[in-house]
Amino acid sequence: MSLKINNLHACLEDGTEILKGTTLEVPTGEVHAIMGPNGSGKSTLSKVIAGHEDYQVTSGSVTLDDEDILEMGIDERSRAGIFLAFQYPAEVPGVSNANFIRAALQARMPEGEELDAVAYYKDLYAKMDLLEMDRKFTARAVNEGFSGGEKKRNEILQMMMLDPKYCIMDETDSGLDIDALKIVARGVNAMRSPDRGMLLITHYQRLLDYIKPDYVHVMSAGKIVKSGGPELALELEKHGYDFLKEAALA
Amino acid sequence: MSEEATATIDQETKQAIDIDRSKGDFTFPERHKYDAGVGLNAKTIDYISDVKDDPAWVREFRHKALKTFLDKPMPTNWAPKDIENIDFDVIRYYLSDGERPKRSWDDVPPEVLETFERLGVPEQERAYLAGVEAQYDSEAAYSNMHEELREQGVIFVNSTEGLKEHEEIFRPWFGKVIPTGDNKFSALNSAVFSGGSFIYIPKGLKLKQPLQAYFRINSENFGQFERTLIIADEGAEIMYMEGCTAPKFETATLHSAVVELVALKGAKIQYVTVQNWSSNVFNMVTKRGLAMEDAEVRWIDCNIGSRLTMKYPGVVMRGERARGEVISIALANTGQTQDTGAKMVHAANHTTSNVVSKSISVGEGNSTYRGQVHIPKHLKGCKNNTECDALLINSNSRTDTYPAITVKGNQHATQHEASVSQVSEEMLFYMQQRGIDEGHAMSLAVNGFINDLVREFPMEYSVELKRLIDLEMEGSVG
Repeated sequence: MSLKINNLHACLEDGTEILKGTTLEVPTGEVHAIMGPNGSGKSTLSKVIAGHEDYQVTSGSVTLDDEDILEMGIDERSRAGIFLAFQYPAEVPGVSNANFIRAALQARMPEGEELDAVAYYKDLYAKMDLLEMDRKFTARAVNEGFSGGEKKRNEILQMMMLDPKYCIMDETDSGLDIDALKIVARGVNAMRSPDRGMLLITHYQRLLDYIKPDYVHVMSAGKIVKSGGPELALELEKHGYDFLKEAALA
Repeated sequence: MSEEATATIDQETKQAIDIDRSKGDFTFPERHKYDAGVGLNAKTIDYISDVKDDPAWVREFRHKALKTFLDKPMPTNWAPKDIENIDFDVIRYYLSDGERPKRSWDDVPPEVLETFERLGVPEQERAYLAGVEAQYDSEAAYSNMHEELREQGVIFVNSTEGLKEHEEIFRPWFGKVIPTGDNKFSALNSAVFSGGSFIYIPKGLKLKQPLQAYFRINSENFGQFERTLIIADEGAEIMYMEGCTAPKFETATLHSAVVELVALKGAKIQYVTVQNWSSNVFNMVTKRGLAMEDAEVRWIDCNIGSRLTMKYPGVVMRGERARGEVISIALANTGQTQDTGAKMVHAANHTTSNVVSKSISVGEGNSTYRGQVHIPKHLKGCKNNTECDALLINSNSRTDTYPAITVKGNQHATQHEASVSQVSEEMLFYMQQRGIDEGHAMSLAVNGFINDLVREFPMEYSVELKRLIDLEMEGSVG
């Protein structure tokens, strides 16, 4: 069981190639981190996996437990088990968080079946408590007027509620102060499971102090250029991304 | 209200309310004893007056109105182009079975009863209404209200009965808020009006439950011209709700109502409309309220469906500290034009008006806000707030705003805000990434857009409203 990205090439509408043969496998039960400088294609990779229509896949494959997901629509991929925690989550004015998450859960129910509202709220409140979120939060419109930290917490809450098989978290640490980061990490760590694969995309080592990855990959110019254990992140922290240039020169 | 409470009420009301576009799309064979035939002339007026056994003053009122109607040009200089396609010569102006409205559903003819049952009217009556009038083509088939209201002096009858049995209250106000010559369609209604409600709420009586009228068109090539007059005496309060549907015919249908509200000193009238006309109905409605000292008139209006709707509910604030409000939601789908707005006339000091309009244009739908606020120079301390927001769903949807705010003098406060927004790609991507398909994502976005206004509707209607919007959005994507 794994999320497998094989020799993936993807470009923008104007033909600019962003992913230039990315290959990566995230098996269930493992946490992988992708690090890399700005513009290396990390965020693009997450969007392409989710099916964003700004990008066109020109070759390569993405499979979820051996099933090709590139032919699926965005919402189908989500229901198949892909969750993307956004770096910049969109606002949905006028739609309350509770109704939004409920709609997402309802979308996973068999035709004609209704979500049990009482059980839903019980579950929602338990997860909000874990993330130290105020109860008032359920009635607020999705991400509208949220601080950066609130938005990130909301992403993790949705992830916990939807219980996806593969979680992709795009710069989840950006904009978080240390306390908020600890809370978010608590949520993510609570979700680690032998049945779930996780992919963290981050620019900094800081997040990895709280969510320990099993593997670290370095992305540069649309490709994974180096893979290793958690120690690789520390190395990057110490030497910066300059070594990539050195590696390229050598 | 908490989310849990909403969830449980949702379930209950879902069973009570069961109206949607497809549900309205059915018809029964016509069995009319009285048919004024096609076209409109003085003979049509006499036919209607004969059948209804009008008093002489009403017959004369109708004939004068016909003349005004024929003399008045169509407002082609500013109205949407489609108005020219209304063919007054192919419409039937009066259809009825000649029966008086029944006080019990058991006495209503079977196909009429079935119609209203399919539309959910009797259940709603049992669940939360103080009284119901159900109009089928030109006349009410059913009309009833709680006995204790009758004992307290409340009058709730159709216009025919109102003008005959309660002339002393009816006549002084009839045609006074909206004069015959206000516009071509108010003149038309004045000439051929039939059905609609006459309501009188005695001094100081505050109705706890709403009264409701349901207007149903069953026949093709037909024009429905109900006439409603509501008088709330000093300190009285009433909420009135109306719903409307018609089946989808091959030919165009005309609905042209006149609604006059009179809120005497300290009275409060709320008039709630959820209309769901089929896409071949020309809906040309004139609605205006008069608010005396410390009185309040609120129009809460939702326009879904129809081919062309032109409707600008208004409030004339004639007494000091009177308040007027229009809350309106319009949804225009492909092939539809919603030309709606509000008219606020400040005619006394310290009067306050508020207009909040939200429109949604889907596909090639066209929605327009047309507003008029008038504050003359000699007054002081008047306030108006106008907000109009438009949401465009597709790139070929269209919206226009024509606010006209005339404020003279410098002792007033007015505020106007307008916005146009679109459901962004990023918002859709976000919702879809959570597993919600495009259609449902659109519905969520639209419901979110109007959410703050939906709260102004009674719970029973807001549930129906959300369902209607979901239905409209279903076919709009992909």
